[in-house]
Amino acid sequence: MNILMAIFGAVSQGLLWGIMALGVYITFKILDFADMTCDGSFALGGCVSAVFVVSFHWNPYLSLIAALVAGGIAGGVTGLLHTKLKIPAILSGILTMISLYSINLRIMGQANTPINTRMEGIDTIVTMITDRLPDEISKSSNTNTFVTMIIGAVFVIICIAVLYWFFGTEKGSALRATGNNEAMVRALGVNTNRMKVLGLVIGNALVGLSGGLVVQSQKVADVGMGQGTIVIGLASIVIGEVFLGRKLNFAAKLGFTILGSVIYRIIVAVVLQLGLESSDLKMLTAIIVALALSVPVLSKKHVD
Amino acid sequence: MLNITEVYKTFNTGTINEKKALRGVSLHVHPQDFITIIGGNGAGKSTVLNMIAGVYAIDSGSIVLDGKDISRQPEYKRAEFLGRVFQDPMMGTAADMEIQENLALAFRRGKKRGLSWGITKEEKELYYDALKKLDLGLEERMTSKVGLLSGGQRQALTLLMASLKKPKVLLLDEHTAALDPKTAKKVLDLTENIITEHQLTALMVTHNMKDAIRLGNRLIMMHEGKIIYDVSGEEKQNLQVSDLLQKFEEVSGGEFANDRMILA
Repeated sequence: MNILMAIFGAVSQGLLWGIMALGVYITFKILDFADMTCDGSFALGGCVSAVFVVSFHWNPYLSLIAALVAGGIAGGVTGLLHTKLKIPAILSGILTMISLYSINLRIMGQANTPINTRMEGIDTIVTMITDRLPDEISKSSNTNTFVTMIIGAVFVIICIAVLYWFFGTEKGSALRATGNNEAMVRALGVNTNRMKVLGLVIGNALVGLSGGLVVQSQKVADVGMGQGTIVIGLASIVIGEVFLGRKLNFAAKLGFTILGSVIYRIIVAVVLQLGLESSDLKMLTAIIVALALSVPVLSKKHVD
Repeated sequence: MLNITEVYKTFNTGTINEKKALRGVSLHVHPQDFITIIGGNGAGKSTVLNMIAGVYAIDSGSIVLDGKDISRQPEYKRAEFLGRVFQDPMMGTAADMEIQENLALAFRRGKKRGLSWGITKEEKELYYDALKKLDLGLEERMTSKVGLLSGGQRQALTLLMASLKKPKVLLLDEHTAALDPKTAKKVLDLTENIITEHQLTALMVTHNMKDAIRLGNRLIMMHEGKIIYDVSGEEKQNLQVSDLLQKFEEVSGGEFANDRMILA
């Protein structure tokens, strides 16, 4: 039963972080833009969500919209640095990411913001629901896990549905094509710079939303929480691709990215059980990504 | 209809790599002109096409299309009036997208792209018929990724995309140079058909002198960033490859012995 609950816990975390992976999928895979912003925009979303709930007593779900918008703005800044000022893609992202560290400290006024739900008028997206359940159910920690999982699933479904719709529209098609063959799309009358900014806004909006969701579930925002976000996002994408068949439609690709995120969390839970320190996780994640990315190269060498 | 006046363009100004690509090019294109452009390597043939398309800004001069000065417009705005096919078959299509998606992108050239569905049912029928005319069997593979097509198929598709929404000028930049001779001929025949059928105005850069003579109603020869020869009508019909070679030798002092040209 304990193991089962640990898996449920991993699944719920995987869903919440999976939305970040969707954001990385859009910038990295669709737009072909190595966007470092997301380390900053993930923390930004979390900080904004926490501060709006703690300081302004906002409804936690509304605070998520603020996190979404804040993440989108961060992506827009990176986009403008790249398209208007011609700063290389990676550097544009790094510049935004670094400045977001200071901005996040400014927003919180301190290094972290705990969400104390015992205080009057302060709720998280989880306690808003569990508080309404009968006492004997809501007191169990399992309930928390299940409610988080359901909330995560609902958000994931909404995000995938919206993305699937958007990337099927004229604008969305032009955005996909921009990542695929920029010169051709420009020759077909598309302002590719605008498309890049749009893609970065959408991607980082999702990353910000995910940061908000994660903060809501762990009840604390921390200025350092975004570190390594992009690597976790890439890990989710590459793990998802391992399970993905060749010919699948766009919604399935997004779905498998979420699956990758869930499996990543399960791997993390397992290695922690095996005695690894949580501080080792970043290296482990980096190794997973490096291995997954090198598989095509290594297998090709084998053929030669 | 297209007036190019005294266009100058220098790349890498002030460095040791400075290259005067265009030195005062003027060209008056009439409606339904089909102009073939020949010249040695670095003569400025492709640069002329890229200047019209707006890939680079020009240093001086003007490009006026149907009375409208487009020389300061960004590339994506001029695209509304221009159909383009490139030398590299990879350049004209999006490899990871479906054939019909590529066509749908081209169908909306110059239009504002909103949030309505990217491809409609009626369009698909239109594309089916258009692909069928290419006679390559692509109409049965409309949901295949373009990356699966051969170079010739991709060039044929790009041609179709360039003419799907009738362009004021069609720009063909050595679009058969990367193909094998048999495929090149097919794509060239197709080019002729499309230009005749839609009564297009076209500029075609080519390395092949026979093609340059055989196709179109007007021929332009470029050398070192200038137009040195401009023939049309009967005079052009009676041209021989040897005439062109002689012309080249006159201007380049005999050094124009580009074997690619002679073999062609």
